[in-house]
Amino acid sequence: MTTVDELLALGDDALIAAQRLAEWTTRAPELEEDVALANIALDLLGQARMLLSYAADLERAGLEGAGRDEDALAYLRGEREFRNAQLTELPRGDFADALVRMLFFAAYQRELYAELAAGPDERLAAIAGKASKEVAYHVDHAIMWTLRLGDGTDESHRRAQAAVDRLWPYTFELFEDRPHLREAWLAAVEPVLAEATLDRPEDGRFRPTGGRKGVHTEHMGYLLAEMQSLHRAHPGASW
Amino acid sequence: MSWPLWEVFVRPRRGLNHQHVGSLHAADAEQALRNARDLYTRREEGVSIWVVPATAISASSPEERDAFFAPAADKIYRHPTFYEVPEGAEHI
Repeated sequence: MTTVDELLALGDDALIAAQRLAEWTTRAPELEEDVALANIALDLLGQARMLLSYAADLERAGLEGAGRDEDALAYLRGEREFRNAQLTELPRGDFADALVRMLFFAAYQRELYAELAAGPDERLAAIAGKASKEVAYHVDHAIMWTLRLGDGTDESHRRAQAAVDRLWPYTFELFEDRPHLREAWLAAVEPVLAEATLDRPEDGRFRPTGGRKGVHTEHMGYLLAEMQSLHRAHPGASW
Repeated sequence: MSWPLWEVFVRPRRGLNHQHVGSLHAADAEQALRNARDLYTRREEGVSIWVVPATAISASSPEERDAFFAPAADKIYRHPTFYEVPEGAEHI
C-alpha cells in the first residue's frame, strides 16, 4: 500500500520542480520557449495536485476525517515537512541549468511513472499513466535543447557542461528509494550527453541527500517563501 | 540574432484539411514543430501539424487584386445555380 510519505515525495518533486520552472515565465530567450516552459511547469503542477490530493485523502482516511487538503499541503507546510529531492529546489540558474535539470528530472520521472502505472495501487497507476505522456514530451524537449546547447557555440557548450557537472551529484538522491531505476535512466541520459558532446561526470562521493527526510538546501526556504506568500497573506483566497 | 519565421498549419480532425492557424519563430523545422505544438494545439485543436518557412510562401500582391479577383464578380454562371435539382436528390 502506498504511504502518505511516498505520495508527498512524488507530489513535492513535481510541485517544487513546477515552481522553479515557472520562474522562467517572461524570462525565456524567445516567446515560443517561454510558452513551452510554462506549459511544462503547468504539467508538473497538475501532477502535483493529483498526487497531493491523493496524499491528503489518504491522510484524512487515517485520521478519520481530520487532516489537510492539497492546498494545506502545498501552502501551509514548513520546509522540514517537504519531501522533494534537492535537485528540484536548486536555484533557477541559467538556461542550460534549466534544460539539463529538465533532462535529468524528466528522464527519472519517465522511468518512475512507467513503473507506477503498472503497479498495484490503482489510483496512483492512473495518475502515473496520465503523467507519462506529459513527461515523455518533457524528455523530448530537454533532449532537443541539450543537443543544441551542448553541440552549439563554445559559450553554450561551456554553460551546458557546467550545468551537467553541477547537477549530476544531485541525481543520486532521486534513486534512493528505487535504485533499480538508475540503470534505465543512465541508458537514456548517457547517449544524449555523448551526442551533445558533453562529458558524463564521474560518479563521485559528493552525493547530496536528505530531501526525502525534510533536509533541504539553503535555497528551499526562499522558494517556499515566494510560493506560499499569497496563501499565507490571504488564507483560503480563491478566484 | 532572432529565429526565422514559420507559418503553421493544423489539421483539426481526421478527414479535414490542414488550415493556417498562425506563425511562430524557430531555429529549424524540428523546433518549429515543437513550438507549434506548444502554441497552437494546447487546447486539443489538432491531430497533425505542418510548418513551412515563411520565406517559402509566395503571396499574391494587394496591387494585383483587381486583375486577380475582380473578373470573377460578374460571372455568376460559374456557380452551380442553374440546374434543376432532381426530385429526391438530397445534399446537393
